[in-house]
Amino acid sequence: MMHRLLAVLHARNLEFLRDRSTLIFTLLLPVLLVIGMGFVFGGPERPLFKVGVLAPRIDRAVHPFLRERYVEFIALPEEQAALQKVRHQQVDLLVDLRDPPRYWVNTDSPKGYIVEKLLLAAMPAASRQPVTGTALRYVDWLFPGILGMNMMFSCLFGVGYVVLRYRKSGFLKRLYATPLNAFEFLSAQVLSRLGLILFVTIVLYGGIGAIIGFHNAGSTLLLLLLAVVGALSMIALGLTIAARFASEELVGGLLNLLTWPMMLLSGIWFSLEGSPRWVQWVAHVFPLTHVLDAARAVMLDGAGLAQIAPQLLFLATTALAFLAFGAWSFRWRID
Amino acid sequence: MSTPILEVRDLIKVYPAATAVAGISFSVPAGICFGLLGPNGAGKTTTIEIMEGILPPTSGEVRYRGEASGGRFREEAGILFQKTALQDFLTVRQCISLFRGLYDHGLAVDELLRLCALEKLAGRDNRKLSGGQQQRLLLAIALVNDPDVLFLDEPTTGLDPQARRNFWELVQSIKAQRKTIILTTHYMEEAELLCDEIVILDHGRIVAQGAPRRLLHEHFAQVLLELPRHDFPAAARALPLNILESSDRIEITTDDLEATLRTLLAAQVSLTHLRIRPANLEDLFLELTGTELRS
Repeated sequence: MMHRLLAVLHARNLEFLRDRSTLIFTLLLPVLLVIGMGFVFGGPERPLFKVGVLAPRIDRAVHPFLRERYVEFIALPEEQAALQKVRHQQVDLLVDLRDPPRYWVNTDSPKGYIVEKLLLAAMPAASRQPVTGTALRYVDWLFPGILGMNMMFSCLFGVGYVVLRYRKSGFLKRLYATPLNAFEFLSAQVLSRLGLILFVTIVLYGGIGAIIGFHNAGSTLLLLLLAVVGALSMIALGLTIAARFASEELVGGLLNLLTWPMMLLSGIWFSLEGSPRWVQWVAHVFPLTHVLDAARAVMLDGAGLAQIAPQLLFLATTALAFLAFGAWSFRWRID
Repeated sequence: MSTPILEVRDLIKVYPAATAVAGISFSVPAGICFGLLGPNGAGKTTTIEIMEGILPPTSGEVRYRGEASGGRFREEAGILFQKTALQDFLTVRQCISLFRGLYDHGLAVDELLRLCALEKLAGRDNRKLSGGQQQRLLLAIALVNDPDVLFLDEPTTGLDPQARRNFWELVQSIKAQRKTIILTTHYMEEAELLCDEIVILDHGRIVAQGAPRRLLHEHFAQVLLELPRHDFPAAARALPLNILESSDRIEITTDDLEATLRTLLAAQVSLTHLRIRPANLEDLFLELTGTELRS
């Protein structure tokens, strides 16, 4: 079994590596995207202070401080998540108005220093809880999103269209006449694409990371594991689409139907925090959402295996389910 | 009598729009070249693809070495489809290596390159081959597992006469190794040259079966006279002769050549462009189906 899988894997790798234009495009697109996004979003911050309030919602009647002008107040019900935002300087200060009043300020943040003065003028008795941490730039937050998006396109379109092309040209029919079975063939396609995606992702991670000066807060090995499981899930999803059909229009349409909602709802460009509950519920159907949630948790917050285990489990389960469905519904020839 | 290598029993294949194969049975002894002949749409490709295990039959069965064909058949059969695209960017050698890697046993890649006269093309991108070279590569791929039975579905269609002759020589050298070959074709010359036994199909049914020479002998004790249509006056059609008309010529079948020539001369038919030849498989097909084979 193994020698058949390896023969197909080797041939597919050769085919891809010799297709220079596709190879260059695969490497170039995400680099351009990151540079473009960094340029667009890397400009000066908005001249507004952001203060997190440890409460389920903002009630301006509770304290005069909440009526300060030029300050945006954000309700943050969970203390740990809220503290993380102070560390990353996503909020300039966090305040708990319950008795006794407390506040957390990032001593590395210049804006935190100013807004602290405002708070103390309105609430002199509040006790200070210092926090440290460098500012999280949008580009740092975007970085996992770009890697994930590139991975998604490469997984879905790369495998989907290759299998479709093989079926239309009759190459699959020729393979069917050999002892090769669907599982061996599909596994070889998955492994070939997985190898490519990991290579590209590692190159981009190192390259772009160096350009933007990114530092991973967590384990790189854990990120690699996440990339493997996430890519497997999305490649297998692409295979379920390409398993049966022989029409480019149909497969293209179905792949677009999958990629566009993922582009918008998986949290590539902006956080889904604060979006309606149904949007978040829909977003969690997509493998990419789980990849990005876990990647950001590791890369930005230094999360360990235990913290991202639910995402890894979801991705591994869907990878197996999609692959099994793909092999079951696979068609070698056009009738 | 030994078990035939392949047996087709009561094969039927029905598509929603048409019946492609309407109940055929035949058996193929080991070591011969067996031809499936017929015009386009006769059911040749459907039949051969069911034999290859690519298409499921609507009913009936194909037996390989006396058993329902399965895993052993896949290991021991070599197939050349009518149309096959290979992977882009792969060289001739890499294409052969890929398929060689799918079998447990078989011939060395260098040996296959030599057998199919591809040594000089080994490093060339498979998409940059001529029609004849492409067919030789597909033949090499069909031979990677040193098959006991080789299926060739219209292998020379679209090739120029020289490439076709080269391909026939290759097939004859494979035949000399006592391998069983199943060949579909609509070239009668090809069938006469290569096949030991043939089945002629029309509308999904067998209309004749046997060795080409024996079939010709059975159906044609006579010779054929061919005349251009414009040399044959309308009045001559009333002559007491066995006349068959096609678009551009008149064919007369006879077992008394002298008498027929005398009759034609008496009717003042010009014999300047007359051709006299023995019957061939094309004539046999015409006789059996009333259709020209290449229609």
